Amino acid sequence: MSDKVPVRVVVNGEVHERAVEPRRLLVHLLREDLGFTGAHVGCDTTNCGACTIDLNGEAVKSCTVLAVQADGGEVTTVEGLSRDGKLHPMQEAFWEHHGLQCGYCTPGMIMAGVDLLKRNPDPSEADVREALEGNLCRCTGYHNIVKAVRSAAQAGQAAEVPA
Amino acid sequence: MSVTEQPGTRGNGWVGQAIRRKEDPPLIKGQGNYVDDMTLPGMLHAVIVRSPEAHATISSIDKAGAEEHPAVVAVLTGEDLAADLAGPIPMVWAPPGVEIKTPEHWPLARGEVKHVGQAVAVVVGTDRYAIADAAEEVIVEYEPLPAVVDPEKALEDGSPLVWDDFGTNQTHEWGIAGGDAEGALRDAEVVVERRIVNHRVAGAPIEPRSSIGDPRGDGVTLYSSTQIPHIARFVLSGMLGMAEDKIRVVAPDVGGGFGAKLQVYGEEALVIAVARRLGRPVKWTETRSEHMATSHHGRDQIAYVTLGADREGKISAWKVRHVCDLGAYFQILTPFIPELGFPVVGGCYAIPNIKADFVGVFTNKFATDAVRGAGRPEQTHMVEVMMDQLADEVGISPVEVRRRNFIAKEQFPYETPLGIVYDSGDYHASLDKLLEHVDMNEFRREQGELRERGVYRGIGLSTYVEVCGLAPSRAVGPQGVGLQAAFWESAVVRVHPAGSATVYTGTSPHGQGHDTGFAQIAADRLGLDPANVEVLHGDTDQGPMGWGTYGSRSLAVGGESVGRAALKVQEKAKRICAAMLEAAPEDIELADGKFQVRGSADKSMTMVEIAGAAHIPPQELPTDIEPGLEETSFYDPENFVFPFGAHACVVDVDGETGKVEVVRWVAVDDCGPAINPMLIDGQVHGGVTHGIGQALYEQIVYDDEGQLVTGSFVDYALPTASEVPMFETDRTETPSPVNQLGVKGVGEAGTIAASPAVVNAVTDALKPLGITYMNMPLTPMRVWQAIEEARGGNGGGPARTEQGRDVGEHGQGAAGSGPTSPGEGGTP
Repeated sequence: MSDKVPVRVVVNGEVHERAVEPRRLLVHLLREDLGFTGAHVGCDTTNCGACTIDLNGEAVKSCTVLAVQADGGEVTTVEGLSRDGKLHPMQEAFWEHHGLQCGYCTPGMIMAGVDLLKRNPDPSEADVREALEGNLCRCTGYHNIVKAVRSAAQAGQAAEVPA
Repeated sequence: MSVTEQPGTRGNGWVGQAIRRKEDPPLIKGQGNYVDDMTLPGMLHAVIVRSPEAHATISSIDKAGAEEHPAVVAVLTGEDLAADLAGPIPMVWAPPGVEIKTPEHWPLARGEVKHVGQAVAVVVGTDRYAIADAAEEVIVEYEPLPAVVDPEKALEDGSPLVWDDFGTNQTHEWGIAGGDAEGALRDAEVVVERRIVNHRVAGAPIEPRSSIGDPRGDGVTLYSSTQIPHIARFVLSGMLGMAEDKIRVVAPDVGGGFGAKLQVYGEEALVIAVARRLGRPVKWTETRSEHMATSHHGRDQIAYVTLGADREGKISAWKVRHVCDLGAYFQILTPFIPELGFPVVGGCYAIPNIKADFVGVFTNKFATDAVRGAGRPEQTHMVEVMMDQLADEVGISPVEVRRRNFIAKEQFPYETPLGIVYDSGDYHASLDKLLEHVDMNEFRREQGELRERGVYRGIGLSTYVEVCGLAPSRAVGPQGVGLQAAFWESAVVRVHPAGSATVYTGTSPHGQGHDTGFAQIAADRLGLDPANVEVLHGDTDQGPMGWGTYGSRSLAVGGESVGRAALKVQEKAKRICAAMLEAAPEDIELADGKFQVRGSADKSMTMVEIAGAAHIPPQELPTDIEPGLEETSFYDPENFVFPFGAHACVVDVDGETGKVEVVRWVAVDDCGPAINPMLIDGQVHGGVTHGIGQALYEQIVYDDEGQLVTGSFVDYALPTASEVPMFETDRTETPSPVNQLGVKGVGEAGTIAASPAVVNAVTDALKPLGITYMNMPLTPMRVWQAIEEARGGNGGGPARTEQGRDVGEHGQGAAGSGPTSPGEGGTP
């Protein structure tokens, strides 16, 4: 344990300042200190991707980023995707195509899907599967998740992450 | 498709529609409420100190270092908490006439540890990170003892014992038989024997377990990621010596279960006991490493199976002896899970003589218990693999051998030699439908071409039947199979004064979609839109006792109960409507969402109007109609239900690396009339992927000293999106006569069907090399070793071990009369 250090992050457009231990994981800052419980923890080893969020325009597994590394950064979590009461096209597609069952991996899947479409607005099935390799789902067999991500791509609006 | 029209179900025709899920909006917005998301005022965190030894006596525990830590509130051992617990974790199977050696299993160790990960002490404090540090300072001294890991060696004379007091590692033996299997085998023209290993796996939901004990006055609320909140209250009441009215159990959003949360775990009792002692809420959340070590495992059975047939491939006898590795302690159902497959021993085939024996074994591992399918995947894997072995032996195709042995449609209800009655089925129809999607002649032509180019492509079939809808209490309860429990299900349907409805179900979903499917069932019977039917579950304070979600029971028992309660409400609504419209109740029908006088559509009432009349009775209502509009159903089925289907798996095997790729999957499933086809497809996709996982990737491995080798998702490989194809699904609909809905379960069917289809496909692919059988998991190394050996090599340096386990002894092996690949099942 060592002395706490100040961290300032913008999460879903709001500024948050906290003092944290240097070893504190970003996912715990988000979940336990700031109340953004959409990012989930499913493993200890960066395998499952349930904690995936967007940090400075890139999808990261927030269990593998220290809170201090996010200092001064901008974070978008799944809570920040919908705008003015309207679902993000990726959220809409997951609902429409039954891309979730228990919902635990879903925030990470949605964030990974959004990140893929920023880089590749028209991914093939293989592209989607490769992009989601770091996100585990035990319920869906991925079938409807792949359908949802490709459908969101076809909707053509999913390439932008709201700041 | 044939679909039965049940009375009073027309409503607006919601049943059968693929409407999207009511439960999704919060989940896709990050507004789910899983236990670890919850923070209660004054809440403390708990970390558990666990044994690094597989078998040892505890010589001392020094808590002083941890207790000095500023964030620590308490450090408690098994002895410290002895007075807070009234009883150990119960095991609830007491089969008549069979003794099961059952060790006491306490939430914290008392003087000895029997498996890696066993809880030894709990550290409670204000900060998760700090108490994890403090836990490192609990100094436990162990005197190691020899560990027993291999269940077959554990049964040998002279093996070290897991429990000295029992004098043996054998827990029990249980068997069932019908006809004369031994006699029929003596007379059989063809006998095929195999040693089929169904290895140990983990449930591995993506949400780890989490529990919060929240003391209130002389009672407590337990928030827990469980599939069985009501059973948990019942069991915890005994463990804690508290009356049930003092315990409320809440399962909020639960992030998958797959059987791993069909359990009452020591940690659930522990957080309650510690919270009550400290007078503050206490949360414990499992790490993934803890999950792999101490959430129960599944399968881990070695089956010696012998079938007898004639030269045309007609099976006359099936005999199997299972050696079941149960681990060191029992959880609530541990020794029963292998036997749970007994109703479907022999599968969907008319086999007149059957004998099945089960031997349970203690080892220094964590307990096995239910994992998706629980006993039926094991039976199905073995019978479906054996069908292909038999087909090879007698020289007919896998399709033909199945057709020659199927129970015929006309034979239903079909009583097996074991006295089990299969409710309904049409196995030929599902296989025929599968073959409409899969042109076998075309496949064989393509396979031949690919082989010439060095590509090993194979196809595997699985025509399964499974047993679910747990369960008729008389069949599985104390005087039946011997579970000290019952398996009816409750439902409450409450129509509110302004005409919307709330349904409470005693089942407890964790991803299946009950909120939507059950709303569809109720809506049709109430004349409402499912959007106005809220389905509640998972809170012992909200509704009557229920038995939870597992064993693909929720729809066939819980959904049926919802339907029955809704029909009772409908009957009362008709009486109210009749009084208001001056008609006879029997003349009121529900059509197009309205209660109307038969033949006079202009004389009608909506449920909104009827609900108003029920709650604020007008003068027209006779006084013998009670006010209110709410009914309860307790439904106990008269039989199990038996879903079935036909799956085909196509694989490509890389002859150089042994890597297996699943390139196509076709699934034809029959779970009776669909309530919501979208939900069925989702269950099949996930279920099949679970089975592919076991067949190709997943395995819990302990080394020879009982150390867990696969302690994280780095070593325990769940299938990713890249390991599975898009699934082609289709259905037939054969109603069950057991319930009014005609439905059967589908939550486990995919898993039950999948693993033999994969193994049969890989075997089919590698047949040109002379490989005829391999045990799961068909990892690249295992397949490569088999290929190397078949080609005359020795498989290279690491050939006989895999992840530290000797595959020659444990993982592989095909003994017996049938053809075997070189080096399998014996000396290399």
